[in-house]
Amino acid sequence: MIRRAPRSLGEHAPILFPALMLVVFFVIPFGLMIAVSVARRIPGGFYEPDLVLANYERFLSAFFGGVLSFSLELAALVAVVAVGIGFPFTYRLARLPRAAQVRWLVFLLSILSLSEVIIGFAWSTLLSRTAGITNLLVAVGLMAEPQSLSPSFGALLAGMVYQAFPYTVLVLYPALARLDPALVEASRTLGASPVKAFFTVVVPSQRNTIVATLIMAFVFALGCYLLPQLLGRPQHWTLSVLITDQAIYQSNMPFAAAMAVFLVLVSLALVGLSLLFGRKEEA
Amino acid sequence: MLRWLNSLMAGLIGLVLAAPILVVAGVSLNAKRSLDFPPNGLSLAWYAEIFTDPGWRGALIASLVVAALSAALAVAIAFPLAWFIWRWRAPWARAFEVLGMAPFILPPVITALGFLSFWSTAGQYGEPWTVVVSHAIFFVTLPLVTLSLGFGAVDRSFVEAASTMGADDHTVLRTVVMPLVRPYMISGFAFAFVLSLNEYIVAYMVAGFTLETLPIKIFNALRYGYTPTMAAVTVLFVLLTAAVFGLIARFGDLPRLLGAWIKPD
Repeated sequence: MIRRAPRSLGEHAPILFPALMLVVFFVIPFGLMIAVSVARRIPGGFYEPDLVLANYERFLSAFFGGVLSFSLELAALVAVVAVGIGFPFTYRLARLPRAAQVRWLVFLLSILSLSEVIIGFAWSTLLSRTAGITNLLVAVGLMAEPQSLSPSFGALLAGMVYQAFPYTVLVLYPALARLDPALVEASRTLGASPVKAFFTVVVPSQRNTIVATLIMAFVFALGCYLLPQLLGRPQHWTLSVLITDQAIYQSNMPFAAAMAVFLVLVSLALVGLSLLFGRKEEA
Repeated sequence: MLRWLNSLMAGLIGLVLAAPILVVAGVSLNAKRSLDFPPNGLSLAWYAEIFTDPGWRGALIASLVVAALSAALAVAIAFPLAWFIWRWRAPWARAFEVLGMAPFILPPVITALGFLSFWSTAGQYGEPWTVVVSHAIFFVTLPLVTLSLGFGAVDRSFVEAASTMGADDHTVLRTVVMPLVRPYMISGFAFAFVLSLNEYIVAYMVAGFTLETLPIKIFNALRYGYTPTMAAVTVLFVLLTAAVFGLIARFGDLPRLLGAWIKPD
């Protein structure tokens, strides 16, 4: 079997089905969304094809500016916290015996695949008055009576970090699992303490991985669409929530699509940047 | 001292990760229709309700059917693509691989909105089968990644040996390649299955008003107040998810699937 360029139609045949499916059900919907973003809205929930920029002009409003800057700041905060905890954790994880690693990975994957609905419900229960952790504080005498901690900014941040943490660990895991142990051994032989070796050898050697992971966690947090509704207050709504709200409840597809196009551009630019940093590491 | 601190840190992280699930598990055992923790009396009635109440049972069945069909379709799309890229020297085919990765990396609301525009333009908005196709595209990344890893791991000298002995492409695929990549195919199916089971936004935007999957049902129920049944469903989902990943770990190489391997020199 020689690996050469395919020539006949028969040799190309296997890729026809996947290519067709991806073009019809991903490229076309994507194109349609861009078309809808410049469509003209007709009051009553419909829109007709046009080429107007009115939907994009709404970006200039103070309300949209507020939502956008809050979304970006929140995603950045979530990414920093998740990577800050996730990096030392993953470094240790990759050095555990194999069986223990597998147990952690199963646990992390299970949490990662949980629906946002379930994470939101679980955290609002954990922070509620009747079933929440404040009951525990009351029981040990640190608090007079149980109180509800959700909805609040803290609850939202906790829920989003909870969701982003397993993702962050799994993005960091390949790089840290392949980290050459000789690097740390050398610094230890030369007299560095384990903590010093971690901060002066491991962290600098993984600088690009850390930057790339920060960006990936940032994009992941930007995509969070339900937790701000379940754990936050209306002023904590993010761009993703606003898009859903405009599309479903306000029936304003053109504006929702325009915001989605904007979100795509931001995400793509960031993913491109993270690939650039990831590549530097390999070189 | 440091070792002890490390274990403490790992234990603390494990506890925080498990805490919401543990509280929900406790709440699901309440005897009365209230969300108390520690539970007020013990009962498994809320678990029974998932299977006896037509609404919850319907949602459970809908979720399982959508997840199984969409994961199968995702594998059917990913397999020929990954095989083609491995078998032929065709750099242009990588473009389709990138297309397959995109929905997973972009914020989910974007893919959801794209599908909403697409299905409503096509006049199929609200049809239950559109959720299957949408999920298959949305999660095609997972079998694509596991299968690419699987094909990459096939020792080409086996293939050379088989074709020297006169096996054609089809025979090589069936007798040599297929048995080697099967575990990767099953993992890809399992990943897509679990994620489809838990997926909310795409299913909601595509057919939220006609087809109630479990996450949609939980979300709709949240608006009318919390009940222990939701907690029971959550526990059921967590157990199901952990069981699937446990099986992948048992029969496959999980660290390798997640990218931790040393390149052979």
